[in-house]
Amino acid sequence: MALVTALAARSRRCDVTGLKVDWHAETLIKVNAVVAVVCFLVGLVAAFGLVLTRWQAVHLLPADLFYRFLTLHGLNMLIFFIIFFEMAVLYFAGPVLLSARVPAPKLGWAAFGLMVVGVLMVNTMVLGGKADVLFTSYPPLMAHPLYYLGIILFAVGALVVTCLFFAALVVAKRERTYEGSIPLVSFGALTAAIIAVITLLHGAAIYIPTFLWSLGVMNMDPQIYRMVWWGLGHSSQQINVAAQVSLWYLLAGLTVGGVVLNEKISRMAFVLYILFISMASAHHLLVDPGMGPAWKIWNTSYAMYLAVLASMVHGFTVPAGIEMGQRLRGYTRGAFEWLKKAPWSDPGFSGTALSVVIFGFFGGITGVTIGTEQINIIAHNTLRVPGHFHTTVVGGTALAFMAVTYYVLPLIFRKRVRFWGLAKIQPYLFGLGIVIFAMSLIFQGIFGVPRRHWDISMSNAPFQVEYHPAVQLFQATMGIGGLLAIAGGLAYILIAVATVFFGRPFRLEDSHDRTGVPQGIWNLPPQVHTGAAVAAVHRRGSPGTIVLIGIFFGCFVLYYFANWKILSFLWKVG
Amino acid sequence: MEHTEAHSAIVSPQGTWWRPAGRQEKIWVSIAFVWCLILFAMMPFWHFKGGQNPSGIRAKVNPQDFAARVEKFIADYKVGEDNGVAVVAPPPGSHIYMAGQMWRWYPVLKLKEGAQYTLHLSSLDINHGFNLFPVNLNFQIVPGYDYGLKIVPNKSGDFRVVCNEFCGIGHHMMVGKVVVD
Repeated sequence: MALVTALAARSRRCDVTGLKVDWHAETLIKVNAVVAVVCFLVGLVAAFGLVLTRWQAVHLLPADLFYRFLTLHGLNMLIFFIIFFEMAVLYFAGPVLLSARVPAPKLGWAAFGLMVVGVLMVNTMVLGGKADVLFTSYPPLMAHPLYYLGIILFAVGALVVTCLFFAALVVAKRERTYEGSIPLVSFGALTAAIIAVITLLHGAAIYIPTFLWSLGVMNMDPQIYRMVWWGLGHSSQQINVAAQVSLWYLLAGLTVGGVVLNEKISRMAFVLYILFISMASAHHLLVDPGMGPAWKIWNTSYAMYLAVLASMVHGFTVPAGIEMGQRLRGYTRGAFEWLKKAPWSDPGFSGTALSVVIFGFFGGITGVTIGTEQINIIAHNTLRVPGHFHTTVVGGTALAFMAVTYYVLPLIFRKRVRFWGLAKIQPYLFGLGIVIFAMSLIFQGIFGVPRRHWDISMSNAPFQVEYHPAVQLFQATMGIGGLLAIAGGLAYILIAVATVFFGRPFRLEDSHDRTGVPQGIWNLPPQVHTGAAVAAVHRRGSPGTIVLIGIFFGCFVLYYFANWKILSFLWKVG
Repeated sequence: MEHTEAHSAIVSPQGTWWRPAGRQEKIWVSIAFVWCLILFAMMPFWHFKGGQNPSGIRAKVNPQDFAARVEKFIADYKVGEDNGVAVVAPPPGSHIYMAGQMWRWYPVLKLKEGAQYTLHLSSLDINHGFNLFPVNLNFQIVPGYDYGLKIVPNKSGDFRVVCNEFCGIGHHMMVGKVVVD
C-alpha cells in the first residue's frame, strides 16, 4: 500500500488534457528528447560541411573529412536523433496517453544509459577516423570493433525501452487506467514498437556477426551483409513512418480537433506496415548481382505494394480527419474554408501539414518510383536516392518531431516556448529548405550525378567527366536549400534549448498572455463530438481532401510513367 | 448507418469500433488498391515487353578467378592503351569483362553500335558502383559476385564509367571508359 501511495505521489494531472502524467514517464521523455536534440545538432554541423563540399563551387572539406562527416551525419540523424526521439514518443504514447505508470522505471534509466554510451562510442570512433565506412559499413570495408559494439549497445537499449512500452500497455490494461480500446495514437505507436523489435532483431543478426568479423573470428559475405543490413536499415525507416503517422493523428487532434474517420481502416493500415517491412530491404538490392527478378519484384513491392497502400490510406484519412474536425468546429463553407481557416501560425499545425505533404507527395511518389525493379537502374546510387529520403525522413519524420516539440515543451516541460516569433516560421523555413534541397538532389540524380561522392569534377581521374550544364544550376539550388534547412534546424535547436533551460513557466491560468504556447493548448479543440452535427458532417464527407488527393494521384501516375518512358530510351540491358 | 459520434486519435474508442468505412474512404482505398496492383504488374510486364531489366547472369566468383578472366580477355582482344589503361575491342556477341578495383575500372571497352555483348562486372576488393555516363545505367558491383548483363549500345559515342558506391579516399578518381562506334 505504501508503494502505491508513493507511486501516486509521483504523478500529476495535466490541466490541459486531463491525463495523469507519471513522473518517470515525464522525466524519461525529457532526457530522451534532450539527447535527441544534441544528436540532431551533431548531425546538423556535419550537414553544413557536407552541403558546402558537395556544392562544387565551394568544395569546403578535404576528402577524408567529407566521408567522415558523411558517416557522422547519417548515424546521428537517421539513427541517434530519430530513435532517441522515438523513445520519448513511446513513453508518451504508452504511460502518458493511457494515464498509466512506467513499469520498472530503473530499467528505463539503464536503457537510456546504455544508449548514451553506445552513441559516445560510435561518435568517438567516427571522429577519431577509426570508422570511415559510411552509415552502411558495407564489408569488406571495416571499422574498429568498438564502432560495431557501440551500435549493438545502442540497439540493446532501444530494445529494452520498446519492451518497457509493451509492459506499460499490459500494466495499464490490468490496472484499468483507461476504458475501451487504446487510442489510435497509442495503437500507431504500438505498431512502431513492434516494427522496432523486428528491426532490432535484424540489427542483431547483422551487427553481431560483423562485430565478430571485425575481430577476425568469422567471415562475412558482402552480399548477405547487404541483404540483412538493409533488413535493419530500411525497416528502421518504417519505425519512423509508423511513429510519424501516429504523431500526425495526435497533432491533428490537439491542434484542430481532427477526428478519426474510421478506426478500422486506420488501424488496418498500421497493421499493414508491420506485415511487410522486412521485405523493403530489397529496395536497396534491385540492381545487385546476388538476387533474381522474382525475389526482387516480390520483395521490393512489399508483396504487391500493401505497405504503400497503407501510406496512401493515411495520406487520405489524416487530412480528411482534419477537414472533418474543422467542419465540426464550424468551418463549413465551400471545399476549402477548413484549410484557409486552419491555425497556420501554430507551428504544431503547420509542421504537421508540411510533414504530410512533404512525406506523402514528394517522398511517396519519388520513393515508389525509384523502388521499382527496372526504374532503379536509372536511380541506384545517384543523388535521386538521398533526394528521396530527405523528403521522407527529414521533411516527413524530423519535421513531425519538430511540430510535436512545440506541444511537448508546454505540456511536458511546462515551459513557454522561447523565440515564439521564430518558432512560428521555423517549420516553413525548414520544410521549404528541405524541399528545395531534396528536389535539387533528385534533378542532379536524373543527370547521373552520384551520391556519396566527394568531387564530381573527378580530379586526378584518368578520364574526364562533364556533367550537363543544368547540374550547375541544381548544385546552387542544392546549396541554398541545404543552408535554408540548416538554418531551420538551428532555429529549432535554439528554440528547444532556450525553452528547456531559460523558458518562462507555463500555467494554464495565465491565459492573458498567450505568447509561447500554441493555440491548441490554450483552447483545446473538442476531442469528442456527438449528435446530429456529426451525422451531417459525415454525410458531407471531405470534399476538399478529395480534390487534394486527386492532385496527388494525378502527379503520382504522371511521374511514375514518365520514368518508364525515360528508361525505355536507354541501351538495352538484361 | 448514421454516425452520431466522432472522436480524435487520443481518445480511447468505446464499444465496437469495427464499423464499415464511409463511402469516400471506400472509394479511395479501392483506387489505391487497384493502383498498387498496376504498380506491381508493371515489373513482370517489363520483363516480357521492355528492354531494360537488371536480371543478368548471376554467379559467385572468386576475385582472383575474375581477375584472371579479365586478364585473358585483355590478352585476347587488346588493341592499344588509353591513359595507361588497356583498350580492348571484342567481337560482337562475345562475353566481355570489366573489373572494378580501388580506384580504377579496367579495361577500356571498344564496342559496336547495335551489337549485343554480355558484360561481366565484378569487384576485386570492396563494393563499387557501376554508373555508365551519360546514359545513366547503374549497377551494384559486389566482390565475390559476377554480374553478367546483356547490353546493346544504341548510340555511338564516348562514355564513362563512374564509380558511385563509396570505396575509400580515392573514390572520385575511379573513372573508366567505353567507346561505341
